[in-house]
Formats: sequence, C-alpha cells, structure tokens
Amino acid sequence: MEKQRFTISIFTENVVGILHRVSIIFSRRKINVQSIAASESEIKGIYRYTVVIIETKDQVKKVVGQLEKQVEVVKAVFHTDEEVVHQEIALYKVKTGVLASGGSAEKIVRAHNARVLSVETNFTVLEKTGHKEETQQLFDDLEPFGILEFVRSGRVAITKPMRTLSSIVEELEQLIKN
Amino acid sequence: MDQTAIQMKTEQQKMNGSQAVVHSLIAENVDLIFGYPGGAIMPVYDALYDVEDQLKHILTRHEQGATHAAQGYARATGKVGVCLATSGPGATNLITGIADAQIDSTPLVCITGQVASPLLGTDAFQETDIIGISMPVTKWNYQVTRAEEIPFALAKAFFIAKSGRPGPVLIDITKDAQFEMLDFNYKPFKGMRSYVPTPKLDLSKVKEAASLINSAKKPFVLFGQGVLLAEAEKEFKSFIEKAGLPAAWTIMGLSALDSDHYLNVGMLGMHGNYAPNKLTNECDVLIAVGMRFDDRVTGDLKRYAKQAKVIHLEIDPAEIDKNVKTEVAVIGNAKESLKELTKLITENKHTEWLEKFRTLEKEEFTEVINKELNPTSELMSMGEVLNKINQFSDQKNIIVTDVGQHQMIACRYAKFKHSRSSITSGGLGTMGFCLPAAIGAKMGKPDRQVIGIIGDGGFQMTIQELGTIFQFKTAVKIVVLNNEFLGMVRQWQELFFDKRYAATTMVNPDFQTIVKGYGIKTNKVEKRACLDDAIKDMLAYEGSYFLEVLVGKENNVFPMITTGASVSDIRLK
Repeated sequence: MEKQRFTISIFTENVVGILHRVSIIFSRRKINVQSIAASESEIKGIYRYTVVIIETKDQVKKVVGQLEKQVEVVKAVFHTDEEVVHQEIALYKVKTGVLASGGSAEKIVRAHNARVLSVETNFTVLEKTGHKEETQQLFDDLEPFGILEFVRSGRVAITKPMRTLSSIVEELEQLIKN
Repeated sequence: MDQTAIQMKTEQQKMNGSQAVVHSLIAENVDLIFGYPGGAIMPVYDALYDVEDQLKHILTRHEQGATHAAQGYARATGKVGVCLATSGPGATNLITGIADAQIDSTPLVCITGQVASPLLGTDAFQETDIIGISMPVTKWNYQVTRAEEIPFALAKAFFIAKSGRPGPVLIDITKDAQFEMLDFNYKPFKGMRSYVPTPKLDLSKVKEAASLINSAKKPFVLFGQGVLLAEAEKEFKSFIEKAGLPAAWTIMGLSALDSDHYLNVGMLGMHGNYAPNKLTNECDVLIAVGMRFDDRVTGDLKRYAKQAKVIHLEIDPAEIDKNVKTEVAVIGNAKESLKELTKLITENKHTEWLEKFRTLEKEEFTEVINKELNPTSELMSMGEVLNKINQFSDQKNIIVTDVGQHQMIACRYAKFKHSRSSITSGGLGTMGFCLPAAIGAKMGKPDRQVIGIIGDGGFQMTIQELGTIFQFKTAVKIVVLNNEFLGMVRQWQELFFDKRYAATTMVNPDFQTIVKGYGIKTNKVEKRACLDDAIKDMLAYEGSYFLEVLVGKENNVFPMITTGASVSDIRLK
C-alpha cells in the first residue's frame, strides 16, 4: 500500500500532558510528524490538534484507533488532502531596503498577494497564507534578496464531511447519562 | 477507628491529603495494598498507620514485587490491584509491572509520592518525571499537586482502571499535597465524555456474525482473556456448546474453559497444541473472542487463516483489523455479545470437523505429549512435574507461572476446573513475575491452593520476595524447575544459533540454604522415585513450601512454530 499525506484531527480534553500522550502514538511507530497545530475548537474546553503525516492508509487507521483509545481523546479522525480545506501561514523577515528600492522584490510581494505586517527601518515582516507549496514559492522567490528569518505554521484544516463536533460530543455526553 | 468515625470521614470532613488517599482507597473497598515506603510517600504511610485494620499494607522487598503482587491479586480476584511507592527510584521500579499490566489488561492503581510541587522540574532529590515515564505504559495517569484533587483523582483512577478494557493507572501525588488540608467528600466517578468504556453492541453485526457461523462447515473459535475479564465463562460455554464449536485458547484465556471440556481443543501459538495451530489454516470461519491476535499466536500473518472469514468479538475498537483483517467486527463486552450471538446461532455438532482435531491430537500425543509426561531420560521433565500436580490435586489450583520453558510447559499441561486460575505474564514476558504474583494471588484468594511454577532464572530475578512470604506467612507453594540454564533462550540457541550457548548457563547457589534462611519449608527432588511423595507432601502442607526439582538440562519445548513460520508449519520436533 502506498504512502500518502493524511491530516489527522484529534479532539481532546484540555489537560496537561495530552500532547505527550498524542505524540507517543506517533513516535512509538517511528512516524515522523510533518506538522502539528493546536488550539481550542468551536467547543469550549475541547482542543483540536491537526497533525499531518505521510503514511499508508492501513497504518493511519491503526494510529487513529490508538489515538481515540486514549482516555482524554474525545474523537480522532483522518482525511486525505481532498477531504479537507487546509491552510498554513508563513512569516518572512526581509531587509526593508530590498522592498524600498521599488524593484523586483516588490513585484514578487504583489504577485503573491503577501501582506505587509510591519515595517521597521531595518526590516519588514511579510505574511502569506496558503498551501505549503504557495508559501514555499514565495520563500524561493524572495531568497535571492536575502531572508533574515522565516517561519511557517503547521497545517490547520477544516474537514469537508458534515458531522459536527458538537453532535459527536452531545452523543457522548448522552452516553454518560444513560 | 470505629465505624462512626469512618462514616464521618466519608461525609464532608477536614483532613489532610494523605488521609484522603487512604480514605479514598477504603471508599473503593480496597482492603489490601502492596508497597514500599520512602521519603516522598511518608505522609501516606503515616495515614495508613491509623487504618491498619481496614487497609492492610504488604511490604514487598522491591517495588517491582509490589506491582506483580498487585497484578497477581487483581488477576485472581477480578478486583483492582493497588500499589504504593515513593518518588524517584521507587516510582521507576514500578515500571516493569505497570508495562506488564498494560499489555495484559490488568486493572492496577499505582500511587507514587512526588517531591513537593515547588521543586518540580528542579532535579530535586529523588525527583523523576514519573508521569512522563509511565505515559506509554499506563491507561491513564495524573499528577496531583493540590490536596483537594485527591478524592476525585482516585475515584477516576479506579473507574478507568477497571472499566472497559482494564489497565494500569498511575497517580503521582506531590508531598505538599499530601500534607495540605481539604474537605473530604468521596464520590464514585460516573464517567466522562472522552471515554466510552463499553461501546454499545451493534445487533446488526451480531446477526451478520451468526449467519456466518450458521453457514460454516469448519468453524473455529479462539478465545483470550476477554472472556475472563467480562466474566463471560458461562456465556462462552453455552455459545460453543450450542453450535458444537471447537475452541482454542491463548495463554491469557487459559482456565476460562475447563481443560477437559470436549470442545476445548487446546492452546494456540508458538508452543501451543498441534491441532488448533494446524487447523487455523483450514477452518472456514474463525471466531476470535476477547483476544488480540498477538504475533506469538499468529506466526506469519501473511499465511494466517487466509482461507477463513474472520469474526472478531472485542471490547477495544483499536484491536479490530490491527493484526488480522476481519469480516465482521462485533464490538462490545464479551458477556453481552456472546449472549446475543448464542440466541441467533443454530444448533450443530460439527462431528467430522471435531474429528480432525482428535486425529491431530493423537499425533501430538504420540510424538510429544507422551514423551514429555512419561520420559525415559534419567532426569525428570517439566511436564512430568505438572502432570503429577494434576494427578495429586483436585485441579482447582491457581497456577502462577514465570516466563520461559516452564511457562509453556505449565500452560500446556496444567489442568484447570476453575476460572481465573492461570496467572502468567503473557504479553510482556516478564521474568521474575511469578514469585510476587503468586504472593498477591494467595493473598487475594487465601482459600485456594496457589502454586507458583518458576525456572531457576526467573526465580532469582525477584528472589527477595521470599522475605515477603516469610514476614506475612503467605502459604504459597513454589516449585522451581531447575535445569541450570536459561532454558528458552538456550533452546533457541540450540535450534537457531548452532548451539552457541552465550550467557545461558546458570551457576546457581544452593536454593535450599537460601530458602531455609527465610524459614520456608523446603524440599529438593533429584530422582524420579521421590517425585510423587514430594508433590503430595507439598500439596498437603499448610504453610508456604518450596520444592526444587532438577529437570533435564537440555530439554526442548515442542511443538514449536519457529519465528516467521506459519501456524500450519508447526513442528513436532
């Protein structure tokens, strides 16, 4: 079975140490995590981890099974790239002089629809959101002018299938009452 | 403390964190705990001093012994085993037992002391990150830094440890939380949204499973510890009897079905019986009940039951399709699943199919079993010793085993008439498990005959627990089958490493002298002529008894599925 890119969404209770429990599931199988992002979900108190890995479907199924088995994991699901709407954000720090000269660097920024976040005398911070390929393209284009600093977030993704987290949580909460 | 005082404590009352720990345990109906004191857990030990008559503490000689004893206790009784240890080395010494309990689904609650919360992360004396260390081998763990968290954390710990697929839980309590005052009010834990212990049974899956079973010509049942954990022995028996289903067990499922039941076709896996292994690759429907297709059971997965449609009855959804692809997965508690499934299956005998098992059984008897039980060699065989125990006892013993050749022989040849009677380290294969586990089993079931079967290697891994037996006058029977080798490794060296016996020869001390030092009655059998009397003597003896039997040095355990081989390639020699 061929390896492909999967986005795993893990919904957890807000407790200390859950990131460790989640990451063990991957490291134990020697799976390298491509990116990880975490924040509170639409439900207060439930955190959402978005993890990207490259694996076979068989393996990702087992991993998600093990994730969901963790006591403080509410739900874990996996999707292919086609099944999610995903985005990353990248920040680029370049010398202000490079942009001020009005040359090709400015054209690149315009062409990529990058935003200027901050302009200081010595440096300017640009922002670009998009798929990794897009933020990477801007990086490659700016590189000849010198990039002082670069950072890219992990992927965040919204799943296309319609089952809402709140309906899942509602069902689970009903189970405890019964 | 009198009854009213306890009553007052279980209602809202001011007490310190340590008292809250012991009163939470009492509220969970714990009456026995295993442990070892030390600096960071001293306040809890101080609180124990006041409740000694309700909550007995067994001082093992090493924290590893405490976990294995708690495991033995849990496995024999079905209750949660509890152990107590200090921070740092006390806590890390628990890890082997916790890992063992995790892989064998044994409910444990381990409580460790921790340095005071302001010292966390400072490399304080006896500080170790036991939460981080134990995370991969616990079902759940939690660090308590405030006294008020204690009742809730412990209630949750017991709930998680024993519900669903059971497992070990660790609660780490900082020393300042043990001293801090709180309003104690114990409430049992009711559940949480992120944890569904027993998934709801899907009756449509039960129907699908039943129709597969009903149309099967050669159905075959594999059962594991899930039957014992769900207390589904009766339901399991009705299930296989109704449809005449031959059933084979994993070593964790041993004793869930009487050894002499006509549908019990023996042990699965690497050193299991010939017929069930061979016929795994001939059955048309394979029904796995509460087992997880461990690699020691399946051999090469690419050549495992490929011809069969697989039905998997299992409580843990993560086990479905993990190793073997299933046709029908019935997720739920085995007791309920089996009850529903039995309703829908049609009566059958499968006489011809059963006959196939009988034929192969005969072959194994001639080639292996008879030779093991009636050897012509000068030194005794391990199987011979087990056979004598069967012969001279009522077969209602609890047999506890360590890991290695003697374990395989004991599982193969010990006879059982009682559920929860085989206690062994299955998944982790922990040498040193037996002696402390036997102690815990005997303490949990004082009226049962508890016999520990150990090799000379494993015996010396936790030999210090003889001190626990001595101090608490634990009436366990210990049988050391001494071949002066690390026998299973030696067997592999003989078969796969050209007899290059690297580090497997044991130069042993005089066990008799050592055991006598602990005031335990001892006996040593060197000649076959003395074996019968020695075993009768041991079984009849009231107190603890140590029996050493010198067995053949280079005997091998057969049958055997060699690494990478298919179950149907099982070798008789």
